[in-house]
Amino acid sequence: MNISLTLLMALPLIGAAVLAALPKSNALLAKQVALASTILVALATIAIAVGFERDNTNLQYVESHQWIPSFGINYAVGLDGISLVLILMTTLLAPIVVLAGWNESQSGRWSTKTFYILILILEMMAVGVFAATDVFLFYVFFEAMLVPVYFLIGGYGTGERSAAAVKFLLYSLFGGLLMLASIIGLYVLSGAQGGHTFDTQALSHLQMSSTTQNLLFLGFFIAFAIKAPLWPFHTWLPDAADSATSGTSVLLLGVLDKVGTFGMIRYCLTLFPDATKTFTPTIIVLSVISIIYGAFLAIGQKDIKRLIAFTSISHFGFITMGIFAMTTQGHSGATLYMFNHGFSTAALFLVAGWMISRRGSSTIADFGGLQRVTPVMAWSFFFAGMSSLALPGLSSFVSEFLVLVGTYTRYPVAAVIATFGIVLAALYILIPVQRALHGPTTPGNENLSDLTLREKVAIAPVIAVILFLGFYPSPLLKVINPAATHVISQLGFSDPAPTQLGGK
Amino acid sequence: MNAANYLYVSALLFTIGAVGVVVRRNAIVVFMCVELMLNAANLAFVTFARINGSIDGQIMAFFTMVVAACEVVVGLAIIVTIYRSRRSASVDDASLLKR
Amino acid sequence: MLINNGLVYLIALPLAGAAILLLAGRRSDKWGHILATLLSASSFAVGLLQLSQMLGRPTEQRAVEQKLFEWISVGSFQVDAGLLLDQLSICFVLLITGVGTLIHIYSISYMSHDHDRRRFFAYLNLFIAAMLLLVLGNSFLNLYVGWEGVGLASYLLIGFWNQKPAYATASKKAFIMNRVGDMGLSFAIMIAFASLGTVSFAGIKEAAPHASTASLTAIGIMLLVAATGKSAQFPLQAWLGDAMAGPTPVSALIHAATMVTAGVYLITRSNFIFDAAPTAQLLVVIVGAITLLFGAIIGTAKDDIKKALAASTMSQIGYMILGAGLGPVGYAFAIMHLLTHGFFKAGMFLGAGSVMHGMDDEVNMRKYGNLRKFMPITFVTFGLGYLAILGVPPFAGFYSKDMIIETAFNAGGIKGILLGSAALLGAGITAFYMTRVMILTFTGAPRWDEKAHPHESPILMWLPMAILAIGSVTSGFLLSRGDALVNWLAPLFAEHGEHEELLKPIVVTSLALLMVAIGVAIAFMKYSRSEVSNTAPEDVSFLTKIVRRDLLQDDFNEAIFMRPGQALTSTLVKTDELVIDGAVRGVGSVALGSAGALRGTQTGFVRSYAALILIGAVALIAAIWVVTQ
Repeated sequence: MNISLTLLMALPLIGAAVLAALPKSNALLAKQVALASTILVALATIAIAVGFERDNTNLQYVESHQWIPSFGINYAVGLDGISLVLILMTTLLAPIVVLAGWNESQSGRWSTKTFYILILILEMMAVGVFAATDVFLFYVFFEAMLVPVYFLIGGYGTGERSAAAVKFLLYSLFGGLLMLASIIGLYVLSGAQGGHTFDTQALSHLQMSSTTQNLLFLGFFIAFAIKAPLWPFHTWLPDAADSATSGTSVLLLGVLDKVGTFGMIRYCLTLFPDATKTFTPTIIVLSVISIIYGAFLAIGQKDIKRLIAFTSISHFGFITMGIFAMTTQGHSGATLYMFNHGFSTAALFLVAGWMISRRGSSTIADFGGLQRVTPVMAWSFFFAGMSSLALPGLSSFVSEFLVLVGTYTRYPVAAVIATFGIVLAALYILIPVQRALHGPTTPGNENLSDLTLREKVAIAPVIAVILFLGFYPSPLLKVINPAATHVISQLGFSDPAPTQLGGK
Repeated sequence: MNAANYLYVSALLFTIGAVGVVVRRNAIVVFMCVELMLNAANLAFVTFARINGSIDGQIMAFFTMVVAACEVVVGLAIIVTIYRSRRSASVDDASLLKR
Repeated sequence: MLINNGLVYLIALPLAGAAILLLAGRRSDKWGHILATLLSASSFAVGLLQLSQMLGRPTEQRAVEQKLFEWISVGSFQVDAGLLLDQLSICFVLLITGVGTLIHIYSISYMSHDHDRRRFFAYLNLFIAAMLLLVLGNSFLNLYVGWEGVGLASYLLIGFWNQKPAYATASKKAFIMNRVGDMGLSFAIMIAFASLGTVSFAGIKEAAPHASTASLTAIGIMLLVAATGKSAQFPLQAWLGDAMAGPTPVSALIHAATMVTAGVYLITRSNFIFDAAPTAQLLVVIVGAITLLFGAIIGTAKDDIKKALAASTMSQIGYMILGAGLGPVGYAFAIMHLLTHGFFKAGMFLGAGSVMHGMDDEVNMRKYGNLRKFMPITFVTFGLGYLAILGVPPFAGFYSKDMIIETAFNAGGIKGILLGSAALLGAGITAFYMTRVMILTFTGAPRWDEKAHPHESPILMWLPMAILAIGSVTSGFLLSRGDALVNWLAPLFAEHGEHEELLKPIVVTSLALLMVAIGVAIAFMKYSRSEVSNTAPEDVSFLTKIVRRDLLQDDFNEAIFMRPGQALTSTLVKTDELVIDGAVRGVGSVALGSAGALRGTQTGFVRSYAALILIGAVALIAAIWVVTQ
């Protein structure tokens, strides 16, 4: 079967168009159409993954059409191992989010079908942002993604949803504008060196002075650091996650934030190799701070959604550290981490969302003794927690350990400090587990209902993926490794040799 | 006669018009002051045309007159409408644009 | 090395049991415990089969391997999921599955009244699988999976009755302190990969001679940190006492016989690292010596029978760690003590469980007394375990503990004297507190509550106790006859030359027995000659109070780590809100504020707009004039 990336992006849009044509009153039909579309997209992605040649480091599924010729802007897409893995994650999570958040749109300002139209548009843009090989196209998707998320938070969220949505939008726009300035800078430079272009490959060969390169790098990096989010650009995330519905949070933290770390690999590293080397120590320090700081903040949270948001800040610290460690282990680990974090956070947020909707509160202290009342839900939460603290045998362990090992070979101190994060992880998971699931069943929790069949069907594949990749990550690693090795070698790095065996 | 004197008159007229616009409340008077400023500008245009020996300034003066005529039509219509609805021609009363 | 594709069944059988029982849920309530027991027993059978095959092969071909699949492969970081069964791991496999099966059988009856018995058996099977993975993994990373897996199983089992907040806290504490140790294992693996380029046992063993002492010492110290966490050794010992919150069979299996001895396994397995890193080795013996005394001292002041046994476990593992730290000459004795301890301590824990079973889950020994009349079988089996732990010949503990004490004395110089004396002193204190347990529980006047009606336990419970008691009697003799275990394990360890004997073996043995006699005598004087109160006396010395508070281990951890940690957390939470988010919100407020200020100029009065235009125009012209001048 021959599926192009354009078709992959068109599928959710077609789904959205069908949804738009449906009557507002039939919410169930809207849900079914949304579910069918996302499943179809997931299947199409799997077909693409099957046809992907693992060992080929060139971009695959390449398409390029002129878009705005006078500015040298092309509609150009293509895949390498890293973007394939991220697109796979996005499209696999989408049906799960739709299924898990079946009733999430009820408390929204607008209709159910609008909710799913927004989700489908977001899915399409997420695919686009990972597939784009033209910087301008990337930028368009990067910024346009904010719009559906803004409406998803502001229209369907809870609590101070408008304020959180505005904060999210403005913060992200601020970063986006810095990136736009850098992109224009690149464009101007490319004009002076053989023709205006936005093509990533062509731009990576630009000659520029180190000051220019540093400034342009920072424009990109700050945008990605806000999106990722890296300390100290993280404060929009807890508010957004707090207000968004859990399905939206999954897309926000699981997919949207990955654009930040993906952008670091695809743009910061490849376009500005020298600036990358200049800023690497600073970024490693920021990552380590993120890991420890996010963990401490998570421990100190009273609200379960904010807690999960802060755990993600800690996890994104690991990802960024792995990217900038400049070793194949760190790099592959970071990419694998992005995938695993998507599923692990999805599990946490979805189960937390079910808990919250049943109890009517997101304060951890309001729960208690759920293990005896709703065993399946409690177990799912516990499992998700174990995945978040990177228990060996679950997928996140593989990636976290690869990042740590990869970082240790080049930056031992950073890796050592980061490793303390695993003890803090045990704290930030086990404290809410104890408060919410263990102990006597507290008033208000006696009559909570356990997961429904629909919810079980939604969470089961997530758990299965986490377990399977914990023991057998090779299918993904084999896709990621060539791409990661390629990036590292392009930058002129090679893995440090074992220190004790030099010449022996 | 020295051409500069016409410019002085023009500046004087413009200033009177400007001060009138700022200090008077009656819309009709304000309107007349605006006309005064336009005509001051016309005088300056014509004077410069004379000084430079080109007719560009005179053409501009005609343009201004046309604009002024249009302005009178629209402006007076607005003033009359406001007066009809509010029984007042004071510009300070019509501060609805605030907020 | 030989390939054997049967190894995976050792792990797969109990793992399948755990999976079936957890997924089937209440549907398997009726038969779950039987399935779990059968699977554990079949794993034991596979172990026996492997042993018989191993015995049939010549020494150099005894170890077998199985590569399951490629696990992690990135660049030069290549780790296969592979299993290794050699002379060392087979000892553990048989101990884990053997004792594990006995405890499964015991639990069928012990947990029969519990609503969640099926879940308990699922956890037990999960534990067996994880523990087997721990001892069978062929690289440090595979071991790590089992290492955290047993931590998880331990967490689940300690918190089995987590509806009680204290028990839930105990399980959390165990997991977190174990994680601190696990961090050490992470470090060790990272250092090993960065300096030696491999994490497999075989690879590191091969590379170790080329490595500098510094990096081997670093790996060794980090492995020791890991061992202290899992084996409840100083300074990460504080969780073990609280871990007694779990059901008693769990305490017997996990917190006495198997999981807590994983640290000893780790050090023994990494013998090639420790042999080349004397500093790390020195730290190992120091930790062992401190813990064996620490545990023994805590044991003297415990009134909770399980906590007394837990303190004893800590102390006995101290002996093993001490033995393992003594180098090639001590590894085999550490393992021997580990095996004999597995029998007698598991037996005693099951005995304690039997007592609790008959006494309505009362754990306070001050409310026991004279139970030998009512529970003769428990008394006999517990008594045999007691004689074994004391090291009375010819019971099991005599052979293993005596050898460790002897080897400690022979370590040479002042170090040998110090270690040997510590071990001797520990033996004396052990005799004291164990005699105290015996006296308070089984002899003297009854001090029960009114409603207690002590009775002997059913056969499913006493049979495993009896089998373990037989092990407590015979295992030491069997393992040391003709140096059986020492010779069996010898191919794994480096050669060791003859050590100069500081004291003749017979002298050491006599000294040890003398210490034991003194300990027993003091206990008799203190508890047998006078009435024992059924509440703990309050008018005790300051020292006793400190020992009752576990030598302030929790106070120390709380003061040094917990409270500063909590303070740091709340400070950071506030800082995040005020400073970092404050800065972000500050930018927003500045924009809003300046917009508000500027809005003041929009009065809505046409004339003020006109004035502003005028002023603006004048200012512009003035500016142009200034610039062009």
